[in-house]
Amino acid sequence: MMFRMIVLVLGLATAASAIAQHAVGDGTMLEPVNNDVSDVASLQRGAKYFVNYCLGCHSAQYIRYERIGEDLGLTGDQLAENLMFTGDSVFDPMGNAMRAADAVRWFGVAPPDLSLIARSRDTDYLYNFLRGFYADESTPTGANNLWLANTAMPNVFWELQGVRRLVAEEHDPAAAPTPPHFEIVRPGALGVAEFDAVVRDIVNFLDYIGEPMQLERRALGIRVIAFLLIFLVISYMLKREIWKDVH
Amino acid sequence: MSDNADLERRHFLIAATALTGGVGIAVASVPFVVSFQPSARARALGAPVEVDISNVEPGAYIKVEWRGRAVMIVNRTQAMLDKLPSMDAVLADPSSAASVQPEYADNEYRSRRPGLLVVEGVCTHLGCVPIPRFDVAPADLGADWVGGFYCPCHGSKFDLAGRVFSGVPAPTNLTVPPYSFINDTTVLIGAETGTA
Amino acid sequence: MAMSESQVTGNFSRSFNSLVDWIDARFPMTKLIKEHATEYYASKNFNFWYGFGVLATFVLILQIVTGIFLTMNYKPSAAEAFASVEYIMRDVEWGWLLRYLHSTGASAFFIVVYLHMFRGMMYGSYKKPRELVWLIGMAIYLCMMAEGFFGYLLPWGNMSYWGAQVIVSLFGALPVIGEGLSEWIRGDFYISDITLNRFFAFHVIAVPIMLLLLVVVHIMALHEVGSNNPDGIEIKEHKDASGKPLDGVAFHPYHTSKDLVIIAVFLILFSAVVFFAPGMGGYFLEYANFEPANQLQTPEHIAPVWYFTPFYAMLRAFPSKLGGVALMGLAVLLPIFLPWLDRCRVKSIRYRGWIYRFALAVFAVSFLVLGYLGLQPATGGYVMAARVFTILYLAFFILMPWYTSIEQPKPVPTRVTK
Repeated sequence: MMFRMIVLVLGLATAASAIAQHAVGDGTMLEPVNNDVSDVASLQRGAKYFVNYCLGCHSAQYIRYERIGEDLGLTGDQLAENLMFTGDSVFDPMGNAMRAADAVRWFGVAPPDLSLIARSRDTDYLYNFLRGFYADESTPTGANNLWLANTAMPNVFWELQGVRRLVAEEHDPAAAPTPPHFEIVRPGALGVAEFDAVVRDIVNFLDYIGEPMQLERRALGIRVIAFLLIFLVISYMLKREIWKDVH
Repeated sequence: MSDNADLERRHFLIAATALTGGVGIAVASVPFVVSFQPSARARALGAPVEVDISNVEPGAYIKVEWRGRAVMIVNRTQAMLDKLPSMDAVLADPSSAASVQPEYADNEYRSRRPGLLVVEGVCTHLGCVPIPRFDVAPADLGADWVGGFYCPCHGSKFDLAGRVFSGVPAPTNLTVPPYSFINDTTVLIGAETGTA
Repeated sequence: MAMSESQVTGNFSRSFNSLVDWIDARFPMTKLIKEHATEYYASKNFNFWYGFGVLATFVLILQIVTGIFLTMNYKPSAAEAFASVEYIMRDVEWGWLLRYLHSTGASAFFIVVYLHMFRGMMYGSYKKPRELVWLIGMAIYLCMMAEGFFGYLLPWGNMSYWGAQVIVSLFGALPVIGEGLSEWIRGDFYISDITLNRFFAFHVIAVPIMLLLLVVVHIMALHEVGSNNPDGIEIKEHKDASGKPLDGVAFHPYHTSKDLVIIAVFLILFSAVVFFAPGMGGYFLEYANFEPANQLQTPEHIAPVWYFTPFYAMLRAFPSKLGGVALMGLAVLLPIFLPWLDRCRVKSIRYRGWIYRFALAVFAVSFLVLGYLGLQPATGGYVMAARVFTILYLAFFILMPWYTSIEQPKPVPTRVTK
């Protein structure tokens, strides 16, 4: 009886917390990123975009180039030619080009290190954040973001995504929130689907550098649990054999 | 109680459990034991070191650090090289049979190129850093001294190819680390991936 | 002259026996093995609730072993702690596994111990003659809470920092001595490198030694009076001609072989978490803790780790700071008095009256609901619910002398059942 009550309470609590999934920013739900960390090609592209669009201001101080080379199948030369613009040696971590003191002067806040950003923020959030920029003359950078109001980060993707302005709309506060509408000021080099793919690759790469060993972890887990199941069967048979004397 | 067949089954199951459990524990200890291996950071800090030798005058040396050890790089003059063959009589191991060096340093000069000696500045006795003494016949080392390395801790002496003298505490010649040339003015200590 | 196989075996066992004799003459090895394993009789009808004791010991050893290896690579300074944890995760060979084993082990330790304590509440394991076993167990629980609290600061993440800040400032709530006490605990005016270093000393040496000593004493006290069982009857009351309890079986090999199976099952569930969900959706490894401690920015939702959330909910339920602390303290300490609050002579819930069964169910549900509420923001309906369930939780203990004396238990059998 007690068991059923406990299960019921737990079930209701879980359901309640799932429904209360709070949406951030303008009230619309986060679009899932559906990235695949085992997709090495995606990670390679993501690494390339990351170095070009992010490392100018951000660092990724906990991941070494050597590790990226090993996991993504890149040789030392490929690393040096395509990724290593700030590190001298392949053993170095991914540093950034900007000094923290300068960053604080220019942006008001030092850009955070991105090694663990995919673990401290949701990957879905990052995917939406990076696609959520729009033009806004009232901010120092001329840009704003749907998911982090008045962010100090400029729109680094304007060439790819294009520049767009938020269309001010009459909105009844009592009604359900609607997705925002934009007017295109200047079209970008990529279409919507292509741009989404670029950002997905970047987020995939961020997911990877957040925990580089995650694929190895899961693969090992399967083997460990398989072994433990075998051990369970054998030890259970032993237990039954020994307990035959009792009862 | 239990009859013979049961007893056999019991023994078999005990053995099977012990074996599986034992294998499990052995495999489970691997991560713990292996975690002692040098970490990626240790490997990074122990990475090969590039050294610019363009400013080393003939007859002079520089000292660099690699993997926490001193490495001496000596620009040997022809005069220094000429003295090497005559040292055999006072050396413990003139042909470097017992000492540690890569195969490209297993020659009379103990180096890739005769003009440049690359040797670990770690006395093979107890690890002190020997002092380079390239002066000839100084008062403290005697008239027979033609140049080499002198270890201040217990008096071991090495010649201009890092070979140990006989009758001193150090047992073997100075170790030659792996190294290679990236170009004529740059040596890579710790890796053999340079051009030569 | 070649020896036959039986002669070789005979020689070997003779040498082995004389080695055993040599040791026994100098240390009570065989006596201890008999007293605590091969001739320690425990009831034959243990169910799965009785497995959590051995699991708790197993997890304790796991935490100590993984903890030792983590300590080899961790740097207990505010400047280096966070980076050293990432160093362990990425650069140290197998470091990620050591870290996940330890972080999952901490949560597993509390799950196992909460279930172990609940077993005691169901089967009356705290009643005479086992009151001291229960008291030592409560001391272990308090040490575990301290250990978890000290350990949580060590990664020096943002949640580590602010969680410690909140809890230490609880001490500030105490009248007169509060502020001075907080400063004394911190060793500084704010949670700093100094605090981190001393918490490290507590977490790595002081509390583990206490825990090990208490666990040894806990088991000794248990073995002195004998284990309880799901029927709550004393098996020593019915012995056979040779003095062995009729309903008991030797700990070794019966309970050891059973415990091996229980450990295997536990390891499967434990491995599933370690290898597939070590963060457990932010409950075992908080998201905010993947950012380094930032003294100028508190995370949006501060919550302690899940195993403290029931008490955290009580703390926040009432508007008075001191009141919240007092209630929380009461909630943690009241279980200590269970052996004396419970007036019913019948031990096991199988034979107790409906009142206690109902009360225990209410207690369990309250604990779980409070745990959930501790994770939510302290607003609106959540606060009201927290008040209601705090009162229910406390009422379980405070009203116990009354409702257990009017309870009508069923007849208790003389011999154990299945």
